[in-house]
Amino acid sequence: MATAFKTVEPLEYYRRFLKENCRPDGRELGEFRATTVNIGSITTADGSALVKLGNTTVICGVKAELAAPPVDSPNKGYIVPNVELPSLCSTRFRPGPPGEEAQAASQFIADVIENSQIIEKEDLCIANGKLAWVLYCDIICLDYDGNILDASTFALLTALKNVQLPAVTVNEETGLSEVNLKQKNPLIIRKHPVATSFAIFDDTLLIVDPTAEEEDLATGTVTIVTDEEGRLCSVHKPGGSPLTGAKLQDCITRAVTRHKEVKKLIDKVIKSIQPK
Amino acid sequence: MATAEEEEDGGGGGGCCLRPFSCEQGLLSRPDGSAAFIQGDTSVLAGLYGPGEVKGSKELPDQAALEVLLRPKVGLPAVTPRLGRGGGAQREQLIRRTCEAVLLGALHPRTAVTLVLQVLSDIGSLLSCCLNAACLGLLDAGLPLASLFCGVTCALRPDGRLLLDPTARQEQEARAVLTFAIDSADGKVLAATAKGSCSAEELQQCLAAAQRAAATIFRFYRDSLRRKYSKW
Repeated sequence: MATAFKTVEPLEYYRRFLKENCRPDGRELGEFRATTVNIGSITTADGSALVKLGNTTVICGVKAELAAPPVDSPNKGYIVPNVELPSLCSTRFRPGPPGEEAQAASQFIADVIENSQIIEKEDLCIANGKLAWVLYCDIICLDYDGNILDASTFALLTALKNVQLPAVTVNEETGLSEVNLKQKNPLIIRKHPVATSFAIFDDTLLIVDPTAEEEDLATGTVTIVTDEEGRLCSVHKPGGSPLTGAKLQDCITRAVTRHKEVKKLIDKVIKSIQPK
Repeated sequence: MATAEEEEDGGGGGGCCLRPFSCEQGLLSRPDGSAAFIQGDTSVLAGLYGPGEVKGSKELPDQAALEVLLRPKVGLPAVTPRLGRGGGAQREQLIRRTCEAVLLGALHPRTAVTLVLQVLSDIGSLLSCCLNAACLGLLDAGLPLASLFCGVTCALRPDGRLLLDPTARQEQEARAVLTFAIDSADGKVLAATAKGSCSAEELQQCLAAAQRAAATIFRFYRDSLRRKYSKW
């Protein structure tokens, strides 16, 4: 009976739950799904992380390559993020060139990197004007069940923290670069941006960490990215139901709390693989 | 052609003022609605088609399918150097979802509404100019709307001062640039996007300034519409 009601009147079905301050999957309105993270899952990548938010699964691999730094800023390296939503992860995506959602997600991740200064691009430079690192951060969604932005940002941050770059020196005489694979150094992560997404239901109710189903039924979404100092690295509200300034402030406060939880989780997982 | 003269301060929008802005509605004959919006030296032309026939795959059974196309001044929409690779798509998504929030699409189910925004010149605050042109385009087409909206861009200078409607140079110098879409019903935030980092207090300050500026823009919308209909 309940399944039939859900199929015929999905919105009404949700409203009945929300009225009782809970959701069909048993969570409260302000409760996140179980978050798990695994690092170093891809051995061929320089850094990698697999993040699960409930059913949503995102994997991020960081591949480092050497290249000449850009002409206009010879003391900087490159970070190239890319978010892929393959047809494998959900029926809503078709094979072929990246759709609007994938492109928007890629740009969101690029903005977060730029705004938060997660890595100083100067740190990626090896020899001024000659050699620099290019970090290709490929984020691939394996299972799409909503809240892709939070999962992607989390996966990106943990993968970057997992990166070990070999020491590179430029030989003065020959001008050739020498890579020492035995000596590896971690990247310097300056900031820890963490994203928190909200879905707006019926123009008033805010629910955190929406599933794909909730995102479809919701009238809008907001994503807030904060760093450890509580500064906002991104406020992303692409249209949808209007919100008051006070509601927005509420979102920010909750995002700051969420940041602490996620940071703890990252610290724990990084610690767990460090050689004793 | 309607114009609103605002106090000006050294070329760009000085302090808490907007650059002078103006608009022209119904300037194109083929689209069902059109509007050009000029903010300082930034201008965007909007053309709106619909509600019309919809392609099979895009048809929605319960509402009108809105499509937004943002055409840059030069180059292909997908690869605009200043916006980055996915920047065009992200902006299109933001404008589309903002319009969807106010458009009463349920009154025209199984139809398509296409909004084409052509950038004519970009000297800063482009997104807010696009939003304003989009709203005036929707108004000119006479589509049913729940409320109006306007875009306001706010820049935070390195010294912490706040600047409304910045020019491209001011945007580059700024520590953070925030763009809001404000609705006319009770000044709530329809859309928000930020470049650079700022604190929560600064965000609230910018929002308050944007809401004050929005009141000026809505007054301008009203005046220009009144002028348009008084010609008959």
